[in-house]
Amino acid sequence: MEIISQHGHILLVLACLFGFFMAWGVGANDVANAMGTSVGSRALTVKQAIFIAMIFEFAGAYLAGGEVTSTIRKGIIDPAMMAGTPELLVYGMMAALLAAGTWLLVASMMGWPVSTTHSIVGALVGFAAVGIGIDAVNWGKVGSIVASWVVSPILAGTISYGLFMSVQKLILNTATPFANAKKYVPMYMFLVGFMIAMVTLLKGLKHVGIEIELGLGSKFANAMPIAAVIGLMVAGIGMIFLNRIKDESIPSHRNRFGNVEKLFAVLMVFTACAMAFAHGSNDVANAVGPLAAVVSVLSSGGDIAAKSALPGWILLLGGGGIVLGLATYGFKVMGTIGKKITELTPSRGFAAELGAATTVVFASATGLPISTTHTLVGAVLGVGMARGIGALNLRVISTIFMSWIITLPAGAGLAIIFFFLFKGIFG
Amino acid sequence: MARGYPFGNLFGKSPFQPIQDHMAKAHECAEALIPFLEAAMADDWELATKHRSIITKLEDEADELKSEMRASLPKSLFLPVPRSDLLEVISAQDKIANASKTISGLMMGRKMHIPEAIAASFMEFALESIATSAQALKAINELDELVETGFRGREVNAVEALIDELDHLEHRNDEQEIAIRASLFAIEKDLPPIDAMFLYKVIDSIGDLANRAQKVGSRLQILIAR
Repeated sequence: MEIISQHGHILLVLACLFGFFMAWGVGANDVANAMGTSVGSRALTVKQAIFIAMIFEFAGAYLAGGEVTSTIRKGIIDPAMMAGTPELLVYGMMAALLAAGTWLLVASMMGWPVSTTHSIVGALVGFAAVGIGIDAVNWGKVGSIVASWVVSPILAGTISYGLFMSVQKLILNTATPFANAKKYVPMYMFLVGFMIAMVTLLKGLKHVGIEIELGLGSKFANAMPIAAVIGLMVAGIGMIFLNRIKDESIPSHRNRFGNVEKLFAVLMVFTACAMAFAHGSNDVANAVGPLAAVVSVLSSGGDIAAKSALPGWILLLGGGGIVLGLATYGFKVMGTIGKKITELTPSRGFAAELGAATTVVFASATGLPISTTHTLVGAVLGVGMARGIGALNLRVISTIFMSWIITLPAGAGLAIIFFFLFKGIFG
Repeated sequence: MARGYPFGNLFGKSPFQPIQDHMAKAHECAEALIPFLEAAMADDWELATKHRSIITKLEDEADELKSEMRASLPKSLFLPVPRSDLLEVISAQDKIANASKTISGLMMGRKMHIPEAIAASFMEFALESIATSAQALKAINELDELVETGFRGREVNAVEALIDELDHLEHRNDEQEIAIRASLFAIEKDLPPIDAMFLYKVIDSIGDLANRAQKVGSRLQILIAR
C-alpha cells in the first residue's frame, strides 16, 4: 500500500507515458491497415483518410470502446488474486503497455507483421502467469478471446461474401447497373449508419455515462428508432453526394462499370468512417485498457476491486496518441499500403470494409479484443471467394499465422522482463 | 518496409488486364499483316521488308508480355478462375502472333507472287482471318467486366454471344479457304510447282490464323464455364 501512496504520482505519469506510446504505435501502424482499402481503391486520398481516421477513431474509442477496455482491465487477469498487493497489478499493467509498445516499434522497424491486440493480450497473460501465478489468469476468458481471433476473420468473410453477392444481384448483374446503384447504394449507407448507431447506443454510451430513455420497455427497443433515424440521415447525406455523379459515356476499351464504381466510391467514404470507428472501438481500447486499470488502482488508493467508471480523459489520451501516431508516421505507411492495393475497386472495398467493420464493432460490443487487420484480411478473402478479386496472395495468410505465433510469446516475454524491472525499482 | 504490412501484401497483381494487353499485342501483329500483304501483292519487297520487321518486333513484344505474365502467376495466388485456364488463354493468344510471323516469313523468304487469278479472293481471305482475330480481341476485352461481375450472370451471356460470333467467323473463313484452294487447284499446273506448293502452305497458314483466334475463344469459354 505504502508504495502506492509513496510513488503514486510517478507511477501515474509513467503509465500515461507508456499508454501514449502504445497508442502512438497503434496510430503509426495499425490504422494504416484499417484505412488502406479506401486509399487503395482511390475512394479517398491519404489526407482525407487521415482526416476521417482522426475523427472516427476518436469517436469509436470514446463512444464504443468501454467494453473492451473493461475486458483488458479486469477480464483477463483475476484482480482478486492481487487484492493484498495492488502495486503488482500496477507494475504488471505498465509492463504490458511498455512491452506491447516496444514490440510494435521493434516489429515495425524489422518489417514484421504485428497485431497490437495480440501483443497486449500476450503481455497481460505473460506477466500474470509468471509474475503472480498461473491461477491469476482467467484462462476461460483468454480461451474465448483466442477463439474470437479465429472466428472474427471467418465471420467478416461471411458478411463480406454476402454483401458482395447482394451487390452483384441488385446492381452489377442487371441491365441498368448505374440506375440500380443509385437506387440501392443508399440502402447500404443506411446499414452503415444503423449498425454503428445501434452498437453505440446499446453498448457504448453507458461507459461515458449517458443514458437514453424513450420508455419503450427494453434498451433494445429504445435504441432501434434512434438508430433508424441516424441511418436514414446517413443515407440522406449520401444521396446528396450520389446525385452529383452523372452517367457519362465511357470509351469502349475501358471497363463499362466505371461510372458504377464512382458511386461505390462515395459509399466507401462512409464505410471508411465505419472502419475507423470500429478500429477505434477495439484497438484503442486495447491501448488504454491497462492504463485505465492503473488509474483505477491509484485513484482508489490501492483498492483493486473498486467499481470505477472509465474516466473520459483516458480515452482522450488514447485517441490523442493514435492521432499523433497517424500524423507522424502513419500517413507514410498508409501511402505504402494504398499503393499496393490499387487492384481493389470500390465495389469490393466497400464489401470488405463493411464486413470487417461490422464484425469488429460487434466484438467491441461484447468486449472481445480482436485484431482489426486480421478481420479485414478475412473480409477480403470472403470477397475473393465470391470471385470478386483479381488476385490474392495466399502466402500472407501464413505470415499472419506466424505473427500470432511470434507476437504472443514476444509480448509475454517482454512484459515479464519489464514487470520484474519495475518490481525491482519500486520494490 | 512494406513486408511488415500483411494487409498490403495480401493483394497480388490482377492478371486480367495484362491478358487483355497481351491479346491487343497479338492482334496488332495480325493487323500488321495487312500493309505487309499489300506491299507483297504489289511486289514492293523493300516496303514489305519494313512491314515484316514491324511484325517481328510486335511478336517479340508479345512473347515478352507472355513470359512476364507466366512469371507473375505463381501457384500461391488465389484467383477467381483456375490458374491453368488463364495460362491456356495466354498460350492461345500467343499463337496468333506466331501465326502472323509465320505467314509473313513464308512470303518474304520466297518473295512470293500471288497469281492474278486468285489475288482478290486471297486478300479477302486474309482480311477475314484478321477479322476473326479482331473478334477474339473483342471477347478477351470483356475480361475486366467479367471480373467486375464475379464471372456470373448477364456478362457471361454477353461473352458467350461474342464467342458464338467468333466461331461463326472462323467457320466462314474455313469455307473461303476451301474456295480459294479450289481456284488455286484450277491454275496450279500453270505455276512453277514449288511456288504452287508454297502457295498452298501460305493459304494453310492464313487459315491457321483464324483457327488460332477461335482457339482463344474456346479457351475463354472454358474459363467462364461453371
